Amino acid sequence: MGNQNLRPPTIAVTPEEYSQMSMKATPKPTMVKNMIWAFGVGGLICAFAQIMINVFRHMGLSAKEASSTATAVVIFLGALFTGLGVYDEIAKRAGAGAIVPVSGFANSIVAPALEFKREGFVTGMGARLFTVAGPVLVFGIATSIAAGCVYYFLHR
Amino acid sequence: MEMVIPAFIVGGVICVIGQLVMDLTKPSFTPAHTLVAFVTVGGVLGALGLYKPLIELGGAGATIPLSGFGYTLANGAMEAAGTRGLLGALSGGLEAAAVGIAAAVLFGYLVALTFNPKG
Amino acid sequence: MKVKRAGNQTVVFADSPVILSSYTVVGPMEGRGPLGKTFDQVWPDTLNKEKSWEKAESKMLQEAMQGAVSRSGFGKEQIDFLLAGDLLNQLISANFAARQLGLPLIGLYGACSTMALGLAVAGMLIDGQFARQVLVGVSSHHDTAERQYRMPTEHGNQRAICAQWTVTGAGSVLLGSEGDGPRITAATIGRILDFGEKDTNNMGAAMAPAVADTILNHLKDLNRQPSDYDLIVSGDLGKVGLRLAKEILLKSGVAVGEEFSDCGVMIYDAAQDVHAGGSGCGCSSVVFAGDILRKLRAGTFKRVLFVGSGALHSPISCFQGESIPGIGHAVVIEG
Repeated sequence: MGNQNLRPPTIAVTPEEYSQMSMKATPKPTMVKNMIWAFGVGGLICAFAQIMINVFRHMGLSAKEASSTATAVVIFLGALFTGLGVYDEIAKRAGAGAIVPVSGFANSIVAPALEFKREGFVTGMGARLFTVAGPVLVFGIATSIAAGCVYYFLHR
Repeated sequence: MEMVIPAFIVGGVICVIGQLVMDLTKPSFTPAHTLVAFVTVGGVLGALGLYKPLIELGGAGATIPLSGFGYTLANGAMEAAGTRGLLGALSGGLEAAAVGIAAAVLFGYLVALTFNPKG
Repeated sequence: MKVKRAGNQTVVFADSPVILSSYTVVGPMEGRGPLGKTFDQVWPDTLNKEKSWEKAESKMLQEAMQGAVSRSGFGKEQIDFLLAGDLLNQLISANFAARQLGLPLIGLYGACSTMALGLAVAGMLIDGQFARQVLVGVSSHHDTAERQYRMPTEHGNQRAICAQWTVTGAGSVLLGSEGDGPRITAATIGRILDFGEKDTNNMGAAMAPAVADTILNHLKDLNRQPSDYDLIVSGDLGKVGLRLAKEILLKSGVAVGEEFSDCGVMIYDAAQDVHAGGSGCGCSSVVFAGDILRKLRAGTFKRVLFVGSGALHSPISCFQGESIPGIGHAVVIEG
């Protein structure tokens, strides 16, 4: 906030009073509704993935393979629904229920790539693919390396 | 179908935690921050050995949320560090998560090529 | 030299410039809103066969400006200045639209306040005898603004309840020194007020102090009361900002009721799921050039105070933790 002493504001409200007023006037998120939606949609995505894992296991895949394949399918569906323009409509209601599962990670990759396609395949789509996913990978990989190093020195 | 109900409940609860984080921290905390927080927390819990019980309890309910991705990374790095030393600590995480990352890049690129944004 | 000023911030026009004609183009969502019938052109979608949203916005602005010119009966060579602005970096919509018009261009950036700012500057150019006819054109586009200021449109996130929806629309007004039509009689140029609001989803709250400050200075400079106006309309504070601006005015000793409204509140109805209302410089420009001018011409309103409000932040300033500087420019139009 800048120095406004040169010619003080005409309004008879101080910034401190205003932040109180602003907080009172600003509507709060509908927490309970949001939580129910997040639980339902997030739970459904996970339950769907679990059904796939069970099917893949039944087809003879190992536990790890089945889990990886199911993750890949959820990522694919997240990307596809983003392309069809429905993922943002789901996320509008479901919030974290659609953002936290890996399909939301796929959405965060496809959405900017899709939109910046018009700025070229390299500087637009290629570069923007990681606007949101980039930080996720950076922090995820950094955490994993730290975990690996700590493990190495503790169990040496 | 085994594990489907636990997956629904565990996955739902993790998403509710994400929703609470988003709603209670607005405006400084964006969805990008939420995703980063989940990956990091998943990785740390994995390193502490606390995420594995959650996967045993909830199956896909714990692996599909992004915290599961963090767990996969951390777990991969630790397993590789045990067998291959420090080089494993560097490469193990990405190796374990390779399917997810490659799938995300591939499908992301293909979908972006195929469709146009609706606005 | 006779100085045409009153008080600290207000200019009073000696030979009030006339609003000769106006033209508005909007997107589908604005067309479905309560003011849908007051717009001259409603596009079926936000792209309207253009290759990108940026091109579409520029085209929209171009059509609005050409519409206003052809409606006035003046030829292009009779227009002395073009004042144009939009929300995008380096004013690309305005610059590319102006590329097609070949008029001497003055680019303006006032965020959502650009239409009011344009009217005030055009009035000064005409009453200062630097121009006979001045064209003002302002646009915004939901999808171009969204991806510059927030997230890609397909990105799944929940919009805050206090957030406003950037209007897809372009409004243009032609002002002249002589002719029939509503007249601009005074203008109060606002100053930046920043009361520390940092939430870019809550721009109404960021702009409300500046708008209230401009209104108070305007009333003081001209020694007027709110009751001297049939309508005081801000553009665009949205529901949250309008409520806050009224509260600030009340605490500062000026009570305003229903006669104080907001373009962002007027343009959409509650069922359109836009949360706190419309925003973007297209919003106040199409509401002013559409509904408000119509009512001034019809005599429904005799005197209107149009207060454009701008949130003058950039995505970079927000990432760096800066609060949002707000501004308000007021223009008096008499029917």
